[in-house]
Amino acid sequence: MMLSCKEVTRLVSQGLDRRLGFAERVRLRVHLAICDGCTTFARQTRFIREAVRTLGSRAS
Amino acid sequence: MEDFRSRLEEERAYLLRYARLQLREPQAAEDAVQETLLAALAGEAGFGGRSNLRTWLTGILKHKIVDAIRRSSREAPLPSEDGAEEFDALFDERGHWREFPPAWSDPDAALTEKQFFAKLEECLRRLPEKTARVFLMREHMGFETGEICKELAITSTHCWVLLYRARMALRECLEVNWFGRK
Repeated sequence: MMLSCKEVTRLVSQGLDRRLGFAERVRLRVHLAICDGCTTFARQTRFIREAVRTLGSRAS
Repeated sequence: MEDFRSRLEEERAYLLRYARLQLREPQAAEDAVQETLLAALAGEAGFGGRSNLRTWLTGILKHKIVDAIRRSSREAPLPSEDGAEEFDALFDERGHWREFPPAWSDPDAALTEKQFFAKLEECLRRLPEKTARVFLMREHMGFETGEICKELAITSTHCWVLLYRARMALRECLEVNWFGRK
């Protein structure tokens, strides 16, 4: 079964907080390979992580 | 287009006064106006000189204000044990994006701008308290999810939901308030 974009957003988020299982990683990768929306989403969540880590230590 | 944009800008102060009457939180008022102007820009064709520009804009703004009030009243009592249904509207019934999230232009440059971090803080302050706490423990202080769960006596599933929610909300907030402003 293909993951839906909604499921992918949850999995992308969880992937930042726990080690995903092998099957989860495979399905995630398959979806991201063909879905620009979710790829953008994944990039943005990683960016938010970086920004929040930087918060207070640099510009502000 | 340029002309329409500057006409919109001329109405900003008026709209802001209007929004501030309804929304006590200054940022909420700003956001409502910002969203209104963005919506107006996107829907210029819908205006088509039908009515007075200010009347038309105020009509849009009213909807945005109602949204804001609904949002804040919904946030307050949320027990936050459940899922993240507030983001379901982004997806259709089959779980596909209704609209792809637009790519952000040059996010790395944002990381060098002081104002960006001020915006980010504002966005963080708007998260529900518990969501913000969990998120900052994870992303700012760098705790592992397991430690956070133990500390706050919540299940890891709940923890992931809160983190998901924080990321969804921050993504949307930054998009509207920073990346979408140009």
